[in-house]
Amino acid sequence: MTERFLGKDLLGLEPLTADQIRFILDTAEPFKEVSERAIKKVPTLRGKTIVNLFFEASTRTRISFEFAEKRLSADTVNVAAAGSSVEKGETLVDTARNLEAMRIDMVVMRHPASGAARFLADRINSNVINAGDGTHEHPTQGLLDLLTLRDQFGRIEGLKVCICGDILHSRVARSNIWGLLKLGAQVAVCGPVSLLPMGIEDLGVTVFRRIEDAIQWADALNVLRLQLERMHGGYIPSLREYNRVFGVTVERLEKAPKDLVILHPGPMNRGVEIDSRVADGPHSMILGQVTNGVAVRMAVLYLLAGGRPEMAEAAKGRAGEVTE
Amino acid sequence: MSREIVQFAGGTDRLVLVGIQRRGPELAHRLAVLIEAKEGVSLPRGTLDITLYRDDVGTIGPKPVVGETHLPHDLDGTCIMIVDDVLFTGRTVRAAMDELTDFGRPARIGLCALIDRGGRELPIQADVVGKRVDARPTDRVDVLLAEVDGRDAVELVRVRGGGAGD
Repeated sequence: MTERFLGKDLLGLEPLTADQIRFILDTAEPFKEVSERAIKKVPTLRGKTIVNLFFEASTRTRISFEFAEKRLSADTVNVAAAGSSVEKGETLVDTARNLEAMRIDMVVMRHPASGAARFLADRINSNVINAGDGTHEHPTQGLLDLLTLRDQFGRIEGLKVCICGDILHSRVARSNIWGLLKLGAQVAVCGPVSLLPMGIEDLGVTVFRRIEDAIQWADALNVLRLQLERMHGGYIPSLREYNRVFGVTVERLEKAPKDLVILHPGPMNRGVEIDSRVADGPHSMILGQVTNGVAVRMAVLYLLAGGRPEMAEAAKGRAGEVTE
Repeated sequence: MSREIVQFAGGTDRLVLVGIQRRGPELAHRLAVLIEAKEGVSLPRGTLDITLYRDDVGTIGPKPVVGETHLPHDLDGTCIMIVDDVLFTGRTVRAAMDELTDFGRPARIGLCALIDRGGRELPIQADVVGKRVDARPTDRVDVLLAEVDGRDAVELVRVRGGGAGD
């Protein structure tokens, strides 16, 4: 039986090969154009039902997935933990099994527990896309960051990318590290010691203790948000001090040997990890990331929804064939 | 073929040649160059990838490739000639028409195929045909173009005990 190229689910970038990641990025390219059309819709996923199951606050990711689903003509239902049966004590698996009983095709899930996406994927037949699980991974964010960097530099291989800020609590950092390393980039992290995971060097990542050193070294900075909601304890003395020591400011960037490309997954804390003049500056790709997010998610939905293994067998020999 | 296309469109004023990926755009370009040389005009061209409009998403292969779509800005009132290499079941053309009408409202859509191999599964016929070929449903008809494949050729491939093509 022919296996689907991506398998049933997208749970993280760690389990993917460089080929699989490149293939998703290549597939995202033509989807960019769909969002530029007057009629931003193609009939590809007509009749598919997708549930967006969000157990954590999200604006950008949820809306981005929803746009991606709607532009592919899928039917979508949004379930937020607040106001649902989850509040009445229903377990994750029971919630998902009930949804499956209504004959859905895919679940896009965000959950505060690391590993929740894998847990769900192992227990239901629908495709599962991880939209962020705890501090583990956020694969579509990693993919859209890769796509944005590739747009900007024409390649990922050999690129020097530094991820700055709260690495400890960041699933975006983990997905980025896996994706960048697999595609041959050099990766560094920079932040207060209290916000760097122990043993992060073992992943093959350089650690900078000073933001000035990171700026000297890097081609691009991916500036992360300080996740105040996950910080239960004194990780940093104060936001003001964080900004003074680690903030990405125009003054610091001006000392760099070249213009750095700036990424931020949002939402930004302006004046904390990034200054407004940088966020709105000419080298900021932050809004480009958001645009690419829809294209990447369309590509992932398309690749997971299509080609069910049992039917792919029948279609063998004409994969990718678009002429008659 | 280029003469027939101009005849079909009643001149070149509103004519747009739209090639279907992958060999169609190259063929459309070659036809456009011939028409431009003869009529002394410049013809708008387009490229269409119908992958997202297929009626068989559930059966796409494990590694489907989506190509690019580029069309002139305004299709309203134009006379579009769809150009494809091989006309077989007609399903690609059906998808192409659906996609084109999402971009605008052409006054007329025609179909030009280098090879018509028969075997239609939909009520679709070409307006301009290069050559008709009698092929069995299991046969493969490959159009090779110098721009893509390094040489120009049309090959009829007998697939022994082969499954249905597209």
